[in-house]
Amino acid sequence: MANVATFEAGTAQLLMGNEGIARGALEAGIGFASAYPGNPSSEIIGTLADVAADAGIYVEWSINEKVALEAAAAAAFAGVRSICAMKHNGLNVVLDFLMGLNVTGTKAGLVLVTCDDPGALSSTEEEDSRPVAKWACVPLLEPATFQEEKDMTRWAFELSEQFKTMFLLRGVTRTSHARGDVRIGERLPPNREARFTVDVPLQYTAIPAPPKHMAAHQRQERIREVFEEAPFNWYQGPEKPELLIATCGSGWFYSIEAVRALKAEDRVGILKLGTTWPLPEKLVRRNLARAEKVLVVEEIDPFLENNLKELVGEDPAAVGPKKFYGKRSGHIPSAGEINPDIVTAALAKILDIEHAPVDPDYSQKALALTSFFVHPRMVGFCAGCPHRATFWSVKNALKLDGRDGFVTGDIGCYTMAVGPTGFWQLKTAQAMGSAAGMACGFGNLKGLGFKQPVIAACGDSTFFHATIPALISGIYNKADYILLVLDNSATAMTGFQPHPGTGRTATGGPAPAIDIADVCRALGVRTEVTDPFDLQGTTEKLLDLLEDDGKVRVLVSRRECQLVRARREKAPYVMRVDQEKCIGETCGCARLCTRVFQCPGLIWDAAKGAARIDEVICAGCGVCADICSAGAIIREAAQ
Amino acid sequence: MTKNKDPLNIIITGVGGQGNVLLSQFVGKALVREGYHATIGETYGASQRGGAVMSHLRVSRDTQYGPLIAQGQADIVLGLEPLETMRVLSQYGNSEVVVITNSRPIFPVAVTTGEGVYPSPEQIQSTLEALSSKCWVVDATEIALEMGAPILANIIMMGALVGAGLLPIGAAAFEAELRDSFAGERLETNLAAFRRGMSLTAS
Ligand code: SF4
Ligand code: SF4
Repeated sequence: MANVATFEAGTAQLLMGNEGIARGALEAGIGFASAYPGNPSSEIIGTLADVAADAGIYVEWSINEKVALEAAAAAAFAGVRSICAMKHNGLNVVLDFLMGLNVTGTKAGLVLVTCDDPGALSSTEEEDSRPVAKWACVPLLEPATFQEEKDMTRWAFELSEQFKTMFLLRGVTRTSHARGDVRIGERLPPNREARFTVDVPLQYTAIPAPPKHMAAHQRQERIREVFEEAPFNWYQGPEKPELLIATCGSGWFYSIEAVRALKAEDRVGILKLGTTWPLPEKLVRRNLARAEKVLVVEEIDPFLENNLKELVGEDPAAVGPKKFYGKRSGHIPSAGEINPDIVTAALAKILDIEHAPVDPDYSQKALALTSFFVHPRMVGFCAGCPHRATFWSVKNALKLDGRDGFVTGDIGCYTMAVGPTGFWQLKTAQAMGSAAGMACGFGNLKGLGFKQPVIAACGDSTFFHATIPALISGIYNKADYILLVLDNSATAMTGFQPHPGTGRTATGGPAPAIDIADVCRALGVRTEVTDPFDLQGTTEKLLDLLEDDGKVRVLVSRRECQLVRARREKAPYVMRVDQEKCIGETCGCARLCTRVFQCPGLIWDAAKGAARIDEVICAGCGVCADICSAGAIIREAAQ
Repeated sequence: MTKNKDPLNIIITGVGGQGNVLLSQFVGKALVREGYHATIGETYGASQRGGAVMSHLRVSRDTQYGPLIAQGQADIVLGLEPLETMRVLSQYGNSEVVVITNSRPIFPVAVTTGEGVYPSPEQIQSTLEALSSKCWVVDATEIALEMGAPILANIIMMGALVGAGLLPIGAAAFEAELRDSFAGERLETNLAAFRRGMSLTAS
């Protein structure tokens, strides 16, 4: 089957933005790729991992983003073009290294892709990566179309090599995770002559700092000159429009759509910028001079907006008086996603155009007919997910223990336990590794009267990524907490990538499997392992560990992610509800199974007043049979 | 005639885990194969775990469109789950929209816990008729179960979309896509599901 490595040059292919970036990297002849998965960036390295053999390149899932960039930089120092990808919070993890790499420079092309998630569609927080480019003096590219995802990646490698510095390429969910047709280009062969040589003393150190910092600033000015001529910046519209839209990235498509929707082609011009740091100042000033009113359309923070204002401020006479609209003026929101409707509304308001996007009669009718039925669908654990079972036991154990214990949380599928399908058990959720880190604090408050038991919940991939230092810190400082590792043998939330515990590499080869329980035991702490589907056994183990307090203890709750298992084997059980036995409303705290346990495979049959299995959704894990006190949920071994 | 509209705005919707993404990708690939520009914007990530999901598919002869359809601008809504079809109509529908939906419900938590009600088949039918210029409610999941795998509902729905004659391209491009993606027995099953789907809406 054709794949991104083998697509023929000249053909048009439907590519996800991230696949376009992967193809662009292959066209640039990369030899090395690394990442820690995180949406919306995961498919960049995932795609390269899938074609590594065809492409003759090395690809890895690193333990975390910092190691990923360090590894990619090393390959680039050795003369191999390298790409590294991560999501916005990954960039936070990388900063310590990045702030040295930026002044050190590189030998071969080195491109770091960071994907932001406006609206936090698959994230726990929302942030804009771009200020890092300005802060760290690293050139920044923002592709706006699917073709540009590919072409700018390729271009970034050439410039990176020419200027001997890393480049940052920023995607957002609607460019990275969307698909569009892309014209494929020729591939350069991987330049794999890897050899590390130091041509001038201290070439690969950040030291001496001030001169290298100064050199980075000077380099930035030379790159600015190249950006003046970049094919990814252009103006479209009348010579002297009434209003200029300045936009980048995802804002480009929304802007043309808004102008078209309002039929304002004669009144509005669009300046589309692909190189957003350093800004090509001559080009920008030339275009800003076209109009007095400027609307800046971009996602998340007013990065472009502020930088444009800075350029105007440096030489106001060159561009004339300006009135800016954008995030600061409230025309474009500074949180959440933007879309064609938001941009159209902003434009209509500034130009004073009447615009009714939807037919009011239809909307009213739709609202009247559907609002009674259309309930929100909350995100929750899949049918048969081991995490639901683990949190069921956690909830019961903490209740039986009776000391008002609680769980600190981390980042992964199990973060959904902040909500109803994890019985609201997670009380904190910030960053990778923070569950154990926070438990180090909570667990050392005894001297101040703190008596609540603390459980820190993390996943298997998170354990390796950032929990180990907090675990060791807790052991060293005699913190009192239970580390609960929800080990489902996959980085489930981001697409089931392998990690050091799984025994597989990114490209599918065998790898030493690092056993989490062994690691903990080697650190000298009491470590138990449980099967979350054994509800009673897990609750008992938890109760026992809760009693054994005063130090760090570990419980590894181990059961493969349901979605991963289902790819390989059939469901172990066929389930049914004996509706005669089901006591419905009078059971437990009124329908324990459907109202409280909330597995989507178990539904409420209102007509019969009893529970029922939805055979399409039920994964046949068998767990719900154990929560039904009436014995109405029947589990039979599958044929 | 829907199929000649440019851009043609299609929304494919369902519940996370139903295979929405794969289905929209299939349709997009078949269109690109035939020389169309296609763009797909989709909900992803966290919303995959049982949340409401939707793919916006924009098709054009002339140019590439952005990944999001503006409110009230859908031309076709293809629903894998009836409630989600309604949700999309209330935001993206208009009196001209054409709807094809699977009939099989997936209860949202509010219904499972007893706080909310799920519409009856008659209510679904009448609501969709009132909110579209033409609609088909098809039993794709039931047919898929008959054929041995509920996931085939997607391919059946794809067939229904093609059978209704709403796209500027015909069955051949889709069958070629299926041949590129499956082999052997799986290919036969998928082709059978696709053709069965076509027969559900063909006039
Ligand atoms: S993907 Fe796996 S770990 Fe995540 S909710 Fe579903 S079953 Fe659970
Ligand atoms: S057996 Fe019960 S708990 Fe397991 S997936 Fe089916 S309905 Fe859900």
